[in-house]
Amino acid sequence: MDTLTAARAQMGLSLGFHMVFAAFGIGLPLLMVIAEGLWLRTGRPHYLELARKWGKATGLLFAIGAVSGTALSFELGLLWPVFMKFAGAAVGPAFALEGFAFFIEAIFLGLYLYGWDRLSPRAHWLAGIPVAVSGMLSGAIVVAVNAWMQTPVGFERGPHGELVSVDPLAPFRTPSWVHLAVHSTLSCYTAVGFAVAGVYAAGLLRGRRDDYHRAGLTLAMLLGAAAALLMPLSGDLNGRVVAKHQPAKLAAMEALFETRAGAPLLIGGLPDPATGTVRFGLEIPYGLSLLAAHDPNAVIRGLNDFPSDERPDVVWVHLAFQVMVGAGFLLAALGLWFLWAWWRGRVVESRRLLQALLLGSPLGFVALEAGWVVTELGRQPWTVYGVMRTREAVTPAAEVTASLAVFTLLYLGLAAVLVVLLRRLATGGPSGAKGGSHAA
Amino acid sequence: MPLEEIVAGYGLLGVIAYAVLAGADFGGGIWDLFAGGPRRVQQRVAIAHAMGPVWEANHVWLIFVIVLLFTAFPPAFAALSIALFVPFHLVLIGITLRGAAFVFRGPEIRGPSASPWGTVFGVASVITPVLLGMSVGAVSAGSLRVNEGQVRIEGPPPWLAPVSVTMGALALATCAYLAAVYLTNETDGPLREDFRRRALLAGTVVVALAVLALPLIYWEAPDLWKGLMSVRVAPVLAAGAVVALVSGWALWRSRFRLARVATVGHVALLLLGWGLAQYPYLIYPDVTLHKAAANAATLRFVAVAVPVGLLVLLPSLWLLFRVFKGETART
Repeated sequence: MDTLTAARAQMGLSLGFHMVFAAFGIGLPLLMVIAEGLWLRTGRPHYLELARKWGKATGLLFAIGAVSGTALSFELGLLWPVFMKFAGAAVGPAFALEGFAFFIEAIFLGLYLYGWDRLSPRAHWLAGIPVAVSGMLSGAIVVAVNAWMQTPVGFERGPHGELVSVDPLAPFRTPSWVHLAVHSTLSCYTAVGFAVAGVYAAGLLRGRRDDYHRAGLTLAMLLGAAAALLMPLSGDLNGRVVAKHQPAKLAAMEALFETRAGAPLLIGGLPDPATGTVRFGLEIPYGLSLLAAHDPNAVIRGLNDFPSDERPDVVWVHLAFQVMVGAGFLLAALGLWFLWAWWRGRVVESRRLLQALLLGSPLGFVALEAGWVVTELGRQPWTVYGVMRTREAVTPAAEVTASLAVFTLLYLGLAAVLVVLLRRLATGGPSGAKGGSHAA
Repeated sequence: MPLEEIVAGYGLLGVIAYAVLAGADFGGGIWDLFAGGPRRVQQRVAIAHAMGPVWEANHVWLIFVIVLLFTAFPPAFAALSIALFVPFHLVLIGITLRGAAFVFRGPEIRGPSASPWGTVFGVASVITPVLLGMSVGAVSAGSLRVNEGQVRIEGPPPWLAPVSVTMGALALATCAYLAAVYLTNETDGPLREDFRRRALLAGTVVVALAVLALPLIYWEAPDLWKGLMSVRVAPVLAAGAVVALVSGWALWRSRFRLARVATVGHVALLLLGWGLAQYPYLIYPDVTLHKAAANAATLRFVAVAVPVGLLVLLPSLWLLFRVFKGETART
């Protein structure tokens, strides 16, 4: 395997792995704080049990997120030293701000996880709030780095191509940041809400119809459903930024080979870049022009408008986009179904809904990973869109194939162990009044 | 004072914070691996108890240092990433396995023999500080050359140079010393005596390695030696040596709080001395702070953002340590 392919694979593996734990670090603390707040207000013990259980899971998942995030901060240089030498001064400030948010999250998570017996109930709950807030903030802030790579602004280049004048807050001034940050934050809440709900749906289907399981399902689904229903709106806003600033990415997402007015929206389909055609797709006339430009006759640029060495991989980007959108709409539909049943007070009685929620529980993470594939592969062949190509950014080190092999084994091993441990945690029922004092 | 020196100063403070805080967490893993005697289970419990609430926060200082490095000195980060590709990857594997194994093992220590995850935790805690010490040594060794952005290695890899290997061993012994001294402050009775004896052992090794390192630096890294013996640095190192002796004496006389303060001072002063001796180089002899510095706007941002961030961070850290390490928090 050549160095570039191995480096891309290692970066993809590391980010794809880290993302799962980052999402849990954003979503689970919010659920845990809500549950503990409800316990403080109502005094009903199952809310406390949920907070303890979700705290334990957060402790386990946050640790893996922290170490895999550390690996990423090194890997930026280990795999892409030319990129970091070029762009470190531009993206570094965003990383620094994210670092502070992450630091706060780690500090207060320590207080929360180990402070059950040392802090008053109210102080303990208050210690959870910075965990949820800074978890969300660190995710939103670090996305600014990616936004800058997608739509770079705020710099001038010197005679050798180096950055000479940089706006340290440029990542936050890119046209894509706000929309990407909202989109990724919502996707984390969706993924975690539905994944957690699946655990309690499984319990309810096995006949454990206690307050603990009912509340666990309801809280997780209220979060997941609310986020999932906001997603189409956020997705639309994002899509229009892509249409404006990254037209080649939009063309690949939609497998639009030829530039045309009144472009249709393609649902499904397998693009064939050799012939420039799509098989098995469903076209909605004028759909793409309407969505991307809010005008049915707008001209949308196709892949033929770009030199062949500036086109992303249309097959992967299009398919990943279909998976993301498909999963997103399924999640929104599940969310509506749940809300309707909840409104009528019939969540637990509907076996079909519970079965659907169980089946749908991984979909949020499927959409999260697929959306990230769209964003990153859609940016190719660029590391910094229009400025630096990925192959220019890669390390000259000779050992990338070996490091890729080792990290693949490492992450597969960790994932396998985590599945076992989380299953044990999920099927363990309430942690009881005493057991949670050393949750880690 | 030029901006890049202010930012480099923050970086050095970050290194010191990482060493005296996270270093002790690695040390905890070392003593978990080498837990022995009739109280080995209690030793492991005390270590897990001491690390649990704080290790993740302590670990973030490493990320702080890395982010500062690539933000303020991007070419230096790029050069180190290329030259230290192998040891940095090994460090990452060590960090990942240490953290994962610690939470996988969970808070309960069952039985007198180490669990499989306990062993992984211990072994990773031994390997990681050695590699980190070797990587720090590599920037002083002089064989990592950077010319017009091209990285070239003269002779064997710089992290395997004798100076670097000694730094690795010194880092390991220092972590063990820090942890054992801190643990004497968090335990009582015979368990405290266990950690006191371990601290005395590790302290002796630290002194022996430091004595061994001096002639090595003199022969192998003469410019670092010159820096260490300069008027600017020698008093710092001398103060570090005195404080090190105070920490040993305090430990010998079972004055544990004094020993803890002196140990922190000793490690901080030695790292400060190393940093000052290294000045103005980030990577000796080709990369200086000035040459590697990012543009002024970014440096200015970092120079202001770090103190502002610390205004939130330090009170939070104070709260964390007060709740878990304060006088009332002892087991």
